Amino acid sequence: MTPGIAPTLAGAARALLVRDARLIWRRRGDALQPALFALLVVTLFALALGGEREALGRSAGAVLWLAVLLAGLLALDTLFRGDAEDGSLEQWMLAPVPLPWLVAVRTFMHWATTALPLLIATPVLAQMLHLPAAQLPAVMVSLALGTPLLSLLGAVVAALTVGMRRSGILVALLALPLYVPVLVFGAGSVAASAQGLDVTGAWLMLGAGLILALVLAPLAAAAAIRISLN
Amino acid sequence: MNPIVRWFHQLGSPPYFDRFAARWAPWAYGCGLLVMAVGLYLGLFRVPADYQQGDSFRILYIHVPSAWMSMAVFALMAVYAAIAQIWRIKLCEILAMACAPIGAAFTVITLATGSIWGRPMWGTWWDWDPRLTTELILLFMYLGVIGLYNAIDDRRAAARAAGFLAIVGVALLPVIRYSVVWWNSLHQGQTIRLLGDSTMDSSMIAPLVLMIVGTKLWFIGALLARSRADNLRREAGKAWVAQQATGARP
Repeated sequence: MTPGIAPTLAGAARALLVRDARLIWRRRGDALQPALFALLVVTLFALALGGEREALGRSAGAVLWLAVLLAGLLALDTLFRGDAEDGSLEQWMLAPVPLPWLVAVRTFMHWATTALPLLIATPVLAQMLHLPAAQLPAVMVSLALGTPLLSLLGAVVAALTVGMRRSGILVALLALPLYVPVLVFGAGSVAASAQGLDVTGAWLMLGAGLILALVLAPLAAAAAIRISLN
Repeated sequence: MNPIVRWFHQLGSPPYFDRFAARWAPWAYGCGLLVMAVGLYLGLFRVPADYQQGDSFRILYIHVPSAWMSMAVFALMAVYAAIAQIWRIKLCEILAMACAPIGAAFTVITLATGSIWGRPMWGTWWDWDPRLTTELILLFMYLGVIGLYNAIDDRRAAARAAGFLAIVGVALLPVIRYSVVWWNSLHQGQTIRLLGDSTMDSSMIAPLVLMIVGTKLWFIGALLARSRADNLRREAGKAWVAQQATGARP
């Protein structure tokens, strides 16, 4: 890029994505942690429920939703922390590209590295939990709509806590109230499909929430970053 | 300058606010206690028992006002936080953060009384009903605001971050308010209307109105007392606080 010329939005996004992808590739072990965590949650649920086929199949949808949600929550703290510590976040604020745009790109990367692998692994995990095959589409669609929403809401919370040295359990306390509606509609649609009810209503709510969050959450997260870093 | 506008501007100054709060907090507490005492007496001893629920309906004289307060305080906290965010008025940050513990307490009272009432009426202490669940989420939002405020060392940055969370959380209020309308719920629908006819007998309403006014007054007292304490803590290094502590007239 020639100096003096402002980068385009697409150019900035590409540069950020390539950098993040390279960083993640260099630390492949760490990047795998959320997926491994979700696998552990699924395993623990299966063990706790006693491995009984019937009981497992009934709760499989809810367990999958919780596993993915918790895995995303675990990765939230690292969303902006590394950049805040080495000062890149200040550079973001000074960059000629709008801060909400960079936040949106980073949030997409969070979703692509934590939720997307789990989404791809969901059919396998569903098999482990004896999820009835008829419910698999409901689980997949609700997760596909719900997980980006979780990442976007989580970005706001992560941005608020970025100024702290350690956030610990606070991130979970701040994120869970915002996550509850998503969980209610997401896991609720799976439960409704198990009873043979119409699930499109819940999906439309998730979709509407996703569109709203796509517009508002990056703006809110950017404002929160400005507050946290002052 | 218009005297009302001038008074409003003066109130933003920490020493002036301190004197104002010290003067009016006891009055607000006293009037609130008096009104609530009358309301409780009428509600518990004078109002006839309900034809369906017997005497157990009387808990609503505590439950309903605190439920209203749990939401109203959150809205007020968000308004203060927005003012603090936009105009950077230090006093509004203090007021917003003073709202959080009071609102959380009202939410706990709402949940507890609702649960006590639910046991004989619904046969269960707790149900994952939309109204109950959203009220619980409201409590978590309050706890989140308090937690965030306490987790950041710089008081002003903490107030701004926690205030921002309160503004984001306002999105929950309409969900709580309309949860009995949108979803089929165990919780009863709206029975009291400010405009038009209430579906509640008029003799039962008077004590309720007293309780609602009483909790508002009590809240004003608590808000003034709490923000006065926080204000003094923040200004601890200033000369006027030292003067006041030693009893000297400024």
